Amino acid sequence: MNSGSIKPAHERQLRNKTSFIQSVRHSLTMAYRGLLKIRRTPEQLFDVTFQPIIFTLMFTYIFGGAISGDVKSYLPVVIPGILVQTVITTSVVTGVQLREDMDKGVFDRFKSLPIARIAPLAGALLADTIRYTIATLLTFTMGYIMGYRPDGGLSHVVIAGLIVIACSWAISWIFAFFGVIARTASSVQGISMIILFPLTFLSNAFVPANTMPDWLQWFVKINPISHLVTAVRDLTNSGTVGGDLIISLVGAAVIVVIFAPITVRAYMRRT
Amino acid sequence: MSIEQKGHSGSREWAVEARGLVKTFGHNHAVDGVDLNVKAGTIYGVLGPNGAGKTTTIRMLATLLRPDAGSARIFGHDVVKESQVVRQLIGVTGQYASVDEALSATENLVIFSRLLGLSRSEARRKAAELLEEFGLTEAAKRPLKNFSGGMRRRLDLAASLIAQPPLIFLDEPTTGLDPRTRNQMWETIRRLVKTGSTVLLTTQYLQEADELADRVAVIDQGRVVAEGTVDELKMSVGSSSLHLRIKNSQDIVNARQIVDRVLNVQSSVTAEGGKMTAPMAEADRVTDLLIALREAGIELAELSVQKPTLDEVFLTITGHGVEEDVSATPEQTHKEGEAR
Repeated sequence: MNSGSIKPAHERQLRNKTSFIQSVRHSLTMAYRGLLKIRRTPEQLFDVTFQPIIFTLMFTYIFGGAISGDVKSYLPVVIPGILVQTVITTSVVTGVQLREDMDKGVFDRFKSLPIARIAPLAGALLADTIRYTIATLLTFTMGYIMGYRPDGGLSHVVIAGLIVIACSWAISWIFAFFGVIARTASSVQGISMIILFPLTFLSNAFVPANTMPDWLQWFVKINPISHLVTAVRDLTNSGTVGGDLIISLVGAAVIVVIFAPITVRAYMRRT
Repeated sequence: MSIEQKGHSGSREWAVEARGLVKTFGHNHAVDGVDLNVKAGTIYGVLGPNGAGKTTTIRMLATLLRPDAGSARIFGHDVVKESQVVRQLIGVTGQYASVDEALSATENLVIFSRLLGLSRSEARRKAAELLEEFGLTEAAKRPLKNFSGGMRRRLDLAASLIAQPPLIFLDEPTTGLDPRTRNQMWETIRRLVKTGSTVLLTTQYLQEADELADRVAVIDQGRVVAEGTVDELKMSVGSSSLHLRIKNSQDIVNARQIVDRVLNVQSSVTAEGGKMTAPMAEADRVTDLLIALREAGIELAELSVQKPTLDEVFLTITGHGVEEDVSATPEQTHKEGEAR
């Protein structure tokens, strides 16, 4: 108002399409918003901070002796397992928070702005990679403190970490979908945990698959989580890249290809 | 390019043209064929009780809801087919503050500015400018949790003004605000229109429409039941009325006879006594009446002319009042109607 009069509608240059570059910019701004929110309410990082610490301690000392004879030789098995389990569990929060966010008045404003429709979704998912990064760092740090010295070397540990983060980001699209279609945030949490709990435990994350009954081995072997865990073990413990890595990455890509469009469509319909 | 042509072919005169808008939620016909025309540069009031369909109408016009039937154009651009164009022309301030609770006022405005394509430094400048303008500079860094209702609304309106949109939707901008804050909000809205904006606001308060709106649509049960300037609406209910208070209440019978004879109408006496109300068709006749009363030796304590209130308008149009305590007697309104 101070800045003089308003430009009339017919003198404005208007476009009905949002360009790709604009979409990326809008998504990055929305991700920035997500980061600001984390900074304002750091307590929402409790889960990614304490889960890696507690789980690493717990599982290593409970199962270590029984499965690998002693704690030290169990670490190369369990650290990649816990890493995958923790980081993927963290991705559920994306769906829950998205649901909470969408119920707030601010989403009306986002919808009324001339921004790419996908931006609020993409931004939220992007911001959550910070959570995966924290969880990844803490799990490796805990492992290191407990005596884990991966033979693959630092560079392979970093690559493994990045792959876990990327796969979790892909999986978070599934939970984002639940977040968009569910009615309440707690139901998102409920559905997601029911899916995730068997998926992470019925894998080779904590226990070698060959100790299980045949029918269970069959599932454990096709479980995508197992492939990701194996891929991470290969990288961190021997610095090798195997078929499991390719399966994991292809699986992640398939999830994004399926869930990103249906999530966006469901999101648009809700709005 | 064709896009640009579209921009130029846009309507200059009409900010909003809505035809037969319908929105149904299950069995509830929230909006049931609403037509609206809002001239650019004016304040348009959509008036109605809770649940009349005001918010749903606004949400359809603001591209937040897809209409089930009918069409709407914003400056000549279809809200469904050219929704992204429409979004570049509007600002929406919802009934519930559409700002981010977890962030500070500055952060909110910076994010919205960035989304609207401003650079980082421009966004900072714009945020500071708007906060200053809306008297929120001191609270700029505080999280919104500690904001009062009035501050939140102001921030919300500030956020709607970042892109300086030519059309602003305000959904019940003053509901729940104290009188002082409400007056500030009215001042802001008036200033907005002076800069060339068009404002479409909804309200349940008749006084608010009366204060602000150039034209008003009265909505009830998803339909526009009356439309026009505030004065036209009042006229449609009845003419102005003359209120007289007689000093000595024993003169009342006499006075009433004089009033009925001189004005050639049926007057009424209120319960408290000493107070009379008469429809006033011709203002000139009041002089005759005053002379006649003086000649008869009747002293007046008070004399006033009152236009019908929007409360009466609403009551007459919809057949039910907006609030429980309808101050004006319905009987009187009907008599005025007959007298015309």
